[in-house]
Amino acid sequence: MDALILSRLQFAANISFHILFPTITIALGWVLLFFKLRYNATGDSAWMRAYFFWVKVFALSFALGVVSGVTMSFQFGTNWPGFMEKVGNIAGPLLAYEVLTAFFLEAVFLGIMLFGFRRVSNRVHTLATFLVAFGTTLSAFWILALNSWMQTPAGFEMRDGVAFPVDWWAIVFNPSFPYRLVHMLLASGLTVAFLVAGLSALRFLAGDRAESMWKALRTGVFMGAALIPVQIFVGDMHGLNTLEHQPQKVAAMEANWETRGNVPLVLFAWPDEKARENRFEIAVPNGASLILRHSLDGIVPGLNDYVGEHPPVAPVFWGFRIMVGVGLAMLALSWATSWFLWRRGAMPKLLAYAYAPMAFSGWVATLAGWYTTEIGRQPWLVTGVLRTEEAVGPVAASNVGFTLAIYVVLYIVLMIVYLGVLTHLALKAAKDGDQSPMPGVEDRALAQPMAGE
Amino acid sequence: MTLDWPTLLPLIFAGLMGLAILVYVVLDGFDLGIGILFAASDAHEKDTMIAAIGPFWDANETWLVLAVGLLLVAFPVAHGVILTALYIPVFVLLVGLILRGVAFDFRAKVPVHRKKRWDALFCIGSLAASLAQGYMLGVYVLGLETGLPAIGFGLLVALCLAASYAAMGAAWLIYKTEGDLQRKAVRFLRSALVFTAVGMVAVSLATPFASPRIFEKWFTWPEIALLAPLPIVTGAAFLGLWLLTFRMPAPGDRHAITPFLTLAAIFALGFAGLAYSFYPYVVPDRLTIWEARPRPKASPSSSPARRSCCR
Repeated sequence: MDALILSRLQFAANISFHILFPTITIALGWVLLFFKLRYNATGDSAWMRAYFFWVKVFALSFALGVVSGVTMSFQFGTNWPGFMEKVGNIAGPLLAYEVLTAFFLEAVFLGIMLFGFRRVSNRVHTLATFLVAFGTTLSAFWILALNSWMQTPAGFEMRDGVAFPVDWWAIVFNPSFPYRLVHMLLASGLTVAFLVAGLSALRFLAGDRAESMWKALRTGVFMGAALIPVQIFVGDMHGLNTLEHQPQKVAAMEANWETRGNVPLVLFAWPDEKARENRFEIAVPNGASLILRHSLDGIVPGLNDYVGEHPPVAPVFWGFRIMVGVGLAMLALSWATSWFLWRRGAMPKLLAYAYAPMAFSGWVATLAGWYTTEIGRQPWLVTGVLRTEEAVGPVAASNVGFTLAIYVVLYIVLMIVYLGVLTHLALKAAKDGDQSPMPGVEDRALAQPMAGE
Repeated sequence: MTLDWPTLLPLIFAGLMGLAILVYVVLDGFDLGIGILFAASDAHEKDTMIAAIGPFWDANETWLVLAVGLLLVAFPVAHGVILTALYIPVFVLLVGLILRGVAFDFRAKVPVHRKKRWDALFCIGSLAASLAQGYMLGVYVLGLETGLPAIGFGLLVALCLAASYAAMGAAWLIYKTEGDLQRKAVRFLRSALVFTAVGMVAVSLATPFASPRIFEKWFTWPEIALLAPLPIVTGAAFLGLWLLTFRMPAPGDRHAITPFLTLAAIFALGFAGLAYSFYPYVVPDRLTIWEARPRPKASPSSSPARRSCCR
């Protein structure tokens, strides 16, 4: 293998590992703020217990996000120097805004959020929680602005082979940005909803009936049930936006080899790029035309218009189907569970058994979605501006391969430990219940608002 | 030299980047150093040491991201040249930072019998990150050479920088703790100070002798007289700190912050020396800060006039 494919694999490994943790921290920050505000409003210590449990998960995820994010900022230089040379005038400032406005906000107030309860006033602690949530969301804003610009570049001009900004408003709010941002923020919300509900279901199955478990469980289930239909709607709009600006990506997502009307919706197939056709195809007649053009004979672009210029079909096709499949499973489970929780006020064991393994379903859907859109951008790194192979650095393949191997091993180990620690924390909390004394500082603090009970 | 934006902007960026690196070295220096000192402390002391840096390490590391980000934004060409040349040490740095960053959280959250493992990884990660930074500094001052002498020199600086971070860590502990751990930290500081001094002397000597241009900048009249205070003040600071360690901890914990501030000053002085030596180059003797700006493909040596209008 050459340095190009190894560098791509390395970047894919790093960014895949990295994105998992921001996906959690973006929305978990807001969930923590919700817990904190409920506590402030009710004085019910169960909310604060839920806060203390989930702030540990937040800290852990944040740490993993930071360290893998530092890796990314170096990799632009170590592996992809051509990227910054060509579009650095645009990518650079966007990344800088991310660091300046958001990262500092998070890193500074995270200390107060994690260590400051009752060392600073309650109001300041709530404010710090808000600022951390706001900071993570702002990070997502800038990073998605950059990514969307790479997908659908706008507001620049090329001079002597280098991109120069012309209109920053157009660069940030490029055509795919609003859709991608909302889609990703909702993905984060769903990931956290299912993580919170899933780990709470695990506690439930371990015999925990503590009030803090119920509060987190209900929050997670209802949040998931509320967000998933919105996400399906937004995802559809995002797809239509992609059809307009990156039709070759949609052609690959649908594995549609020929531009025509009455295109079926392929449910299952093995796209064969050599023969340029689908094998073992199972399809709904006219389905793709109906979804993408809202009429049975609507014309859907096919891969035949983009020979040599379209992304590899199978990963995009499958990535999209996995994402949609997980989304539908989320819809079914969260609505069924919501019904039981709401109408019966109970959690059937069977649904708890279904929820616990779904704790990380958001990760699967998020990764599958990102693979769809990122592989779908190939062969371009920046659509129409910079091809991926033009940006790779002059590093020996052996070096890239060696470091890739170690990164992969490291990430696998860290992932196992992370999942293990989360399970350990959940089971420990289940065993202790709400009766255990809270840690010293917290206990003293909580005594005050609880005095009236 | 005319003072228009294309001339000034790289200067401002270079200044900001230098500041970010200096702040990073001082701030992350002490928490990396505490990681290194983990090797010589017991379980109870480790908890105290972690508590002393808990709220800070995240923000400290952010300065590294800022420094690299500025390099990336302001000098994309240099960013590529430096980071591809330092591919393996950058990798070691990153793995080290990953290990220590996660160990920091994992050690407090895993079942108790596994805590030791993460303590060890916290120490190893901190050490690896410090050594990698030192190695990069060493290779950088020799102009990104790749020969065996450069590697040897890189390793020497690596050891010395790790020691100076340990000194920073010890100084922070003197400030933040009391009792046995504080007394221990004073002893750590004294030993680490020796290596810090060796490292600074080595870098200070190697820099001018590796580059005739830098030699010129230091050892000609009247520069040599004007610059003389820099090494003299640094030396005095070292000596003062060394003597102070014999009188610490002072009654009433007076001067507890002094070692840390003195070390920070020493770092700043050393950094000022380096900045003077390398200015205006961002890649030693190859790319100046103006050449390393984003630019049209054409001539690398031409002035930076192109990029002015669009910000």
